Amino acid sequence: MKEIAKALGDVFIQMPKGLLVTFKHLFKKPVTLDYPRKKKPMTPRYRGLHYLERYDDGSERCVCCGLCAAACPADAIYMEPEENEHGERRAKVYEINLLRCIFCGFCEEACPEEAIFLGHEYEFSNDNRNSFIYTKGQMLVPHPRKDKPFKRIYRRIRKVYGVTDKPK
Amino acid sequence: MSAERKTMTINMGPQHPSTHGVLRVVLELDGEQVVNAQPHIGYLHTGIEKTMENKLYYKVIPCTDRMDYLAPMSNNLGYCLAVEKLMGIEVPEKVKWARVCLAELTRIKSHLVWLGTHSIDLGAMTMLLYTFRERESIVDIYEACGGQRMMTTYIRIGGLSKDLPPDFDKLVRKVLETIPSHLRDYEDMLTNNEIFINRTRGVAVISADDAVNYSLTGPMLRGSGVNYDVRKANPYSGYENFDFDIPLGKNGDAYDRYKIRLAEIRQSLRIIQQAIDGMPEGPYRAHVPGVVLPPKEDVLYKMESMIFHFKIITEGFKAPFGAVYQAIESPKGELGYYISSDGSNKPHRVRVRPPSFVNLAVLPKLVEGALFSDVVCAIGSIDIVLGEVDR
Ligand code: SF4
Ligand code: SF4
Repeated sequence: MKEIAKALGDVFIQMPKGLLVTFKHLFKKPVTLDYPRKKKPMTPRYRGLHYLERYDDGSERCVCCGLCAAACPADAIYMEPEENEHGERRAKVYEINLLRCIFCGFCEEACPEEAIFLGHEYEFSNDNRNSFIYTKGQMLVPHPRKDKPFKRIYRRIRKVYGVTDKPK
Repeated sequence: MSAERKTMTINMGPQHPSTHGVLRVVLELDGEQVVNAQPHIGYLHTGIEKTMENKLYYKVIPCTDRMDYLAPMSNNLGYCLAVEKLMGIEVPEKVKWARVCLAELTRIKSHLVWLGTHSIDLGAMTMLLYTFRERESIVDIYEACGGQRMMTTYIRIGGLSKDLPPDFDKLVRKVLETIPSHLRDYEDMLTNNEIFINRTRGVAVISADDAVNYSLTGPMLRGSGVNYDVRKANPYSGYENFDFDIPLGKNGDAYDRYKIRLAEIRQSLRIIQQAIDGMPEGPYRAHVPGVVLPPKEDVLYKMESMIFHFKIITEGFKAPFGAVYQAIESPKGELGYYISSDGSNKPHRVRVRPPSFVNLAVLPKLVEGALFSDVVCAIGSIDIVLGEVDR
């Protein structure tokens, strides 16, 4: 008798209790996003596709010091230096192999010039392997740009080094 | 006259949905009954331990993320604690508290994924969707901290990679608020559910003696009633300051392990509450010139920091000759890092004691004489992550 009562209890009380939880969810707002149309905003620290920063005047920040390549645990960065018309050092070739890159953000942390950053872009699928080697041209932010995120550092560096002539 | 006993050998996996990855189990069946079960591992072997030997100490951290990818912060923490022990680094108080907070969030996250996948193995489809919804809020915290949702690489040698995000407190409190009510939902759905009980109670039983002999750890061990938790036995990262209980089971079956994991989530919430309430102020990295990277703000303006920054990044730091072992309680059990150093800037050998690997070895014992369908439940209740098993 007891067993029958328990079995009935299971069927009529415990199981519907679980089903009720499921049923309640029918009327809740969905938590999923309609992805390709709607996108989740990324947090400021999100580590996505890399970009190379410029100074306000459009010159490149990267001095091709090689620290990012040294910090990279996946050995994904390759670079060759050159000098620009003012005798300043900059990268002639700067490539990141995105198929090797693990998006750890070590390059961003290592960079002493605040030149390389990991942006918020995460949709960069492609159908051939060569297109995953990102070159300097692809990574440099366009100039002129609308936002000026590093004005303070720029002024300071210019002041400290007394640079007056503006590169084109 | 005795009829010859005929058994059949079949392969379960490596592409079986309920082996949680690429585990292959060779089952010897007598009708529906399992006579023998041999787990075959190595399909996901990536040579992580070997890779670690060829990397500077700080570059190893991304490797650790990729072992137990469901609990990246625990892996980071274990490795960093081991290196800190080797180097004799004392981290600031804030770092300890933040690490405890993050490690416990990781435990909740890992247990939630376990709960979802385990119940989907047993036929409760909706659970996975619910647990992933809750997991999302924790993954959001990861993203706010380290910038990535799974491979955080947030905990570093001597501290954290960046300071805690400004909205950390708010995000964590939201998790603390929402998860208890969801846990009640899960209990409504599973704890007294007749089907779930029938599938798990008395299944995959392991006695306390056997559990100790197989050197099981984590919920697998505590499910059998053995009170061993590294957080209490050998406190690390300031766990001795926190007030929490160790849930214990009695029967050592899959049902007890389920209850323990749910209870552990509650205990973790308790720890997080204490950690977030008492989070001290202070630096997010230890000040150890030449070993721990100076904060980025200093690198830009101070010559000395800049020099150390260059030195550490290009050549790392030299560890003293010796070996250390540091164990932590990861969501799956005792996760240990044994690092032996030959005095150079790369580890001579890093040996990981992965809880999933050790726990998986008990599978033949768990399913001996059980029904075929219970193998799924047994594998699920061990809570393996193949990335960690194969490394
Ligand atoms: S990106 Fe930064 S770290 Fe890399 S070469 Fe340029 S300046 Fe150096
Ligand atoms: S994100 Fe990491 S792996 Fe990728 S290029 Fe930078 S340092 Fe290398």
